[in-house]
Order: sequence, then C-alpha cells, then structure tokens
Amino acid sequence: MTWAAILVTAVGCYLLKLTGLSVPAKVLERPLVQRIADLLPVALLSALIGVQVLGEGSRLVLDARLVGLAVAVAALLLRAPFIVVVFSAALAASLVRLL
Amino acid sequence: MTEPEPALSQHVRASITRDGIAVGVATGAYGVSFGAVSVASGLDVLQTCALSLLVFTGASQFAFVGVLAAGGAPLSGTLTALLLGTRNTLYGLRLAPLLSWRGWRRVGAAQLLIDESTAMSVSRDTTAAARVGFLSTGLSVFALWNLATFLGALAGESLGDPRTYGLDAAVGAAFLALLWPRLHTPINRLVGVLAAALALGLVPVTAAGVPVLAAAAVALVAGVLTGGRR
Repeated sequence: MTWAAILVTAVGCYLLKLTGLSVPAKVLERPLVQRIADLLPVALLSALIGVQVLGEGSRLVLDARLVGLAVAVAALLLRAPFIVVVFSAALAASLVRLL
Repeated sequence: MTEPEPALSQHVRASITRDGIAVGVATGAYGVSFGAVSVASGLDVLQTCALSLLVFTGASQFAFVGVLAAGGAPLSGTLTALLLGTRNTLYGLRLAPLLSWRGWRRVGAAQLLIDESTAMSVSRDTTAAARVGFLSTGLSVFALWNLATFLGALAGESLGDPRTYGLDAAVGAAFLALLWPRLHTPINRLVGVLAAALALGLVPVTAAGVPVLAAAAVALVAGVLTGGRR
C-alpha cells in the first residue's frame, strides 16, 4: 500500500511538472488559478504544521514538539539555514523530554 | 526568444554553474533531514530513497511522510503531495518559453523542475543562460538531495525511537521552514492561520489525513474571495 502510494505520488508529481512545460500558458494563466496556486502551499503547510505539532491520533496534545516549533521560529527569525532550523527543533524537543 | 542569441561566454557559463552548484549544496544538505524524518515516520530506507529519486520535490515529500507519520492513509499522503506539487506546474508555465526545450529534452528536464531550479533560471535574459542555470542547479540538487536522503535515512534507522531524538518535532520545523518565505502578505498569513485552525478542529472528528486535505479548501475560498483585488 505504501509502495503503491509512493509510485502514484511519483507519477503524479512528474506529470504536474511536465504539464507545466508542455501546455500553452494561456490555459492556466488565469488570475484565479494563479492566486489559488499561490495560497495552496500556504494552507497545506500550515495545516501540516498544526497536525504534526499538536496532533496525536485523534487528540490534540501539548508536548515537547511545541517547544521544538518555538525554537524553529526563533531559528527562522535569526535567518538560520533549513537544516539548522530542523535539527535545532529536534534537539530542543529531545532536551525537553530528558527533563 | 525568436532572434538568434550570442553564445554564452565561458566566463558567464562558469559563473552561473558555480551559483547553481552552491544552491545544490545548500539544498542537498537538508535532504539529510528528509531522510531521517521519513524513516522516523515509518518508511524504510528503500521507500525513502524512492521518494527522493522519483518524486523529487521537497515539500511534497515532506507532506507525504508527514501525513503517514500522523497515521493518515497513504492515499491521503499522495493527495496532499500532489496538491503541493501543483506549484511546479506554474513554474513550468513560466519557464517553458524561456527554456524552449522540445521532445525528450523536455521530458528529461521536467523531473528537475523544482523551486530552486526555477529560481536560478527564471530571471535570466537568454535561453542559453536560463538552460545553464536550470541544469546546473537542477542536477546538483538532484545528486546531493538523493545522496543526503540516503545518508539521513541510514542515520535515522540506526537511531532507534525517533521521539528520543525529537525527530517528530523536526517534521513540524521542516514544514515551518518551507512555509516561512510564503508568509509575505497579510492574506497569506491569514490563510495559514485559518488553515491550521480548521485542520486542528477536524483532528478529533475525522480520519487522519483528512484535516490537511480539508485545509486546501481555505486556499480555494480565499482565492475566490480575494478575486476583486486586482
């Protein structure tokens, strides 16, 4: 099941790329499409952050992950590179769990 | 791009290539975090490497493993990844006239169409310069992203319980880092807050994976409602 999902994701993501390079620009150049395409990653990533940081099964819990996210915000405000943001969040969460 | 263009000088070509490789190194490095996070989400090393090789678009890959980590069905992961992958279509539309590749070259180039290769080619003046920027960035990100994914997955696997090392917290941080540069307007920030609130509200009452997909509706509604602003 996981493999099937990986392969469908791969084919789909590739076709999305190829379509962009292949179809006449007019088809997708409407302002509405452009706006939604700009907002879609914002909505999905925000939702993923929420679920990832506060979700646990079908419950919402406050735990070390929230501290990790706060550290990530601080790292981003300091313009840290991606990998520093990610691993400083992990480090912060693991330290909180040690306490 | 109808007039014949002068060939790129050796100097310009080398300079664009150097920039492309630098972006590749910087971006490839976070493939380590993808590899570690993916294994922590329950995928094995081979599945993790397959994602980086075949899907090859970072946000979609992180979304896929993130939905699975939250207990979502693989299909929900696929749908979320595809929705995030739609932005590559728009990149392609913008780049197509500039790169003007046909046939198998276009079929091959498509896999390299990602945030970074777009950023490093969309602003070039000529097709030749855009192609060098696109290929040097795309190929170096591809090589390093996949190598780094493999190393990160191996490291993640040898660590044992990911929670001990806070790798579950790393997933949220990765999404936040991907989101951060997109929060440049009040509308985008509002959409982010509403989407997260909607998803969290749905967590107790829907199957895992559904809350994130439902949040896409916020983007649709906001896109329609802000229509009169141009």
